[in-house]
Amino acid sequence: MRKLEVVEEAMFCSGHAACPGCIEALSVRHVLATLGPDTVAVVPPSCMAIIAGPQPFSSLRIPVYQPTLESSAAAASGIRRALDAQGKRDTQVVVFAGDGGTYDIGFQCLSSAVERNENFLYVCLDNEGYMNTGAQKSSSTPRFASTGSTPAGKLSRKKNLTEIMAAHEIPYAATATAGFLPDLVRKVQKAKTIRGTRLLTLLIPCIDGWGLTDDGGLGVARLAVESGVFPLYEVEDGHRYTLNHARRTRRVAEYLAPQRRYRHLKQPEIDTLQADVDAGWERLMQRVAASEAQAGMTRAAVA
Amino acid sequence: MNDVAMRTQPERSGKAAPQAPGGTTREQTMLLTGNHAVAWAAKLARPKFAPGYPITPQTPILEKLTEFQAAGEFDAELITPESEHSVMAACIPASLAGVRVFTATASQGLLLMHEVLQYASGARAPIVVANVNRTVASPWAFWPDQTDSLAQRDTGWIQFYSESAQESLDSVIQAFRIAESVLVPALVSHDAFYVSHALEPVRVPAQELVDEFLPEYAPPHRIDPAKVESWGNVVTQEMFARHRRELAEAMAKVPQLAVEVDRDWARLTGRSWGIVERYRCDGAHTVLVTMGSMCGTARDAVDAMRDEGIAVGLVKVRLFRPFPVAALRAALAGVAEVIVLDRNYSPGCGGVLHQELRSALYGMADAPTIRGLLAGVGGVNVPPERIREFVRNAASYDSGPESVWVS
Repeated sequence: MRKLEVVEEAMFCSGHAACPGCIEALSVRHVLATLGPDTVAVVPPSCMAIIAGPQPFSSLRIPVYQPTLESSAAAASGIRRALDAQGKRDTQVVVFAGDGGTYDIGFQCLSSAVERNENFLYVCLDNEGYMNTGAQKSSSTPRFASTGSTPAGKLSRKKNLTEIMAAHEIPYAATATAGFLPDLVRKVQKAKTIRGTRLLTLLIPCIDGWGLTDDGGLGVARLAVESGVFPLYEVEDGHRYTLNHARRTRRVAEYLAPQRRYRHLKQPEIDTLQADVDAGWERLMQRVAASEAQAGMTRAAVA
Repeated sequence: MNDVAMRTQPERSGKAAPQAPGGTTREQTMLLTGNHAVAWAAKLARPKFAPGYPITPQTPILEKLTEFQAAGEFDAELITPESEHSVMAACIPASLAGVRVFTATASQGLLLMHEVLQYASGARAPIVVANVNRTVASPWAFWPDQTDSLAQRDTGWIQFYSESAQESLDSVIQAFRIAESVLVPALVSHDAFYVSHALEPVRVPAQELVDEFLPEYAPPHRIDPAKVESWGNVVTQEMFARHRRELAEAMAKVPQLAVEVDRDWARLTGRSWGIVERYRCDGAHTVLVTMGSMCGTARDAVDAMRDEGIAVGLVKVRLFRPFPVAALRAALAGVAEVIVLDRNYSPGCGGVLHQELRSALYGMADAPTIRGLLAGVGGVNVPPERIREFVRNAASYDSGPESVWVS
């Protein structure tokens, strides 16, 4: 074990309203520290809006605009264009939206903003459900997970946001999690240097919504990556794939075990989820391989 | 808020207005549709952000602005998101970031914005929107009907209704100054086709004239990394109530402010519209009260009836929100009978203007008898002869709270 050295400018302050052990607060702290003070945040109704604090308090040392739940990407577009009109082209605009505000109700305007290639960073704090209203199902909730609105387990699969964004040929889309913090920070740094729309999907194990022990969030985040449930990868311009954590060293069952939302699963369902993850991993490997082959051909052509 | 609030000149709206001394060379006459007059007004107001979404019969406004921009004559960030909802959602924080913002919509588009219209006024974002009044589905239709914008009466937006292309141009420019003075957004509506697509000679002011009238928008509070101010966070009950009271105080300033702004505009252009207009009301026994393009038709009817010696006049409601109660009470003092013509319908309520006017005049000494007619709902044509019939048959219409269907 080694101590993680994090160079940090305190942009996110203590005294915020997150639950004990919250991975969302930890993640946002590092995203904001990496972005720095010349930043404007858009935070729709979500856990993060509560964490940011009620008026007249704020746990963020930057301006925060809280739009309606479904309009984050549109609001970010408006702020971006207004800042551009004022010549503040280097100011970063960052969205912190939950999966409900991204995969569901905010999806239409997100797709439109990405199609226009609006210049902002969109961070989806993906805790796989409506956790701020007490853990109901979203279209990011995985198959078989029990939630407040799917008590017997969700029947349909989780949407693949990164692939949907890749299909928009977004300049940069990546997955990350605080379970692999240096990778997360590097991706924010990289996103910061790119103009156009950038989207980071951060897996946020939710202590309450997933049914974890207070100190269980980071461990589950690591298991998600190590089992291949949540592969760490980047896609540039919709077709250049880079895998950041290449080996699967855990079974899906090990990822499911610490989570109360999966406690009702029987072996056939666990096997189904393992098969889903295997198939998804295989498809991802094909895309990575195709991307590498394409890069090889390009290099050869240049040479 | 009595005489000063009213335009009392008997001249016809939309016709050549008297020109201000020295103002003649600073305007040119162009043949424009109502929508293109709005686009000219928006261009002259120099907004920095002007998103848009196409919808009949608004689309020519959006297209004209994109045309101006393509020609390098319109220096605004112009985006075309996937819906009117996103247009308004983008407008709000752009305005809060400290730039002037304009957009235009109609009918379903305005209804789709409804949720964020509330957000805009709550955020005190002085956005100006031009709306083309069109029927709301279902059934599907495209005809002049003011239900779309009247259904937004509780959203905290200032509302003007315009009768002509010239008035629309002038109103959009005036609306920016009013909205930005009190930090309340403003909606300027004109009727589908009758105003939006009809060509009229319009006096278009020079840029320098508009710049003189409309100062640069520079709000003291704004979304700015250098200021670190936030919008929209959760508040307590008391903070929310205080916030609404402050909005009420701002709204209450609007009638007088609108009169002053209109007067300033008249100094530069010779054109004044008032917030309420009395047309040939002197000695009138019966006064028609209406909004938008119906006013032009009513003028013709009034002229014809006056020629026959019938004591009839017209009161045009130009400012609808805040409802100019004092100005209307003054305008209708001593009048025996009022006939309200509503080109809109609120099911279970009736004509919106009828109900608002009844409420405004309630308890007034010697208040006129008020008859509310649902005339032209759904865009049904109401020619001058029909309005003369309404006046002739007035006694046959109920003067109670129910509005009467006449078309």
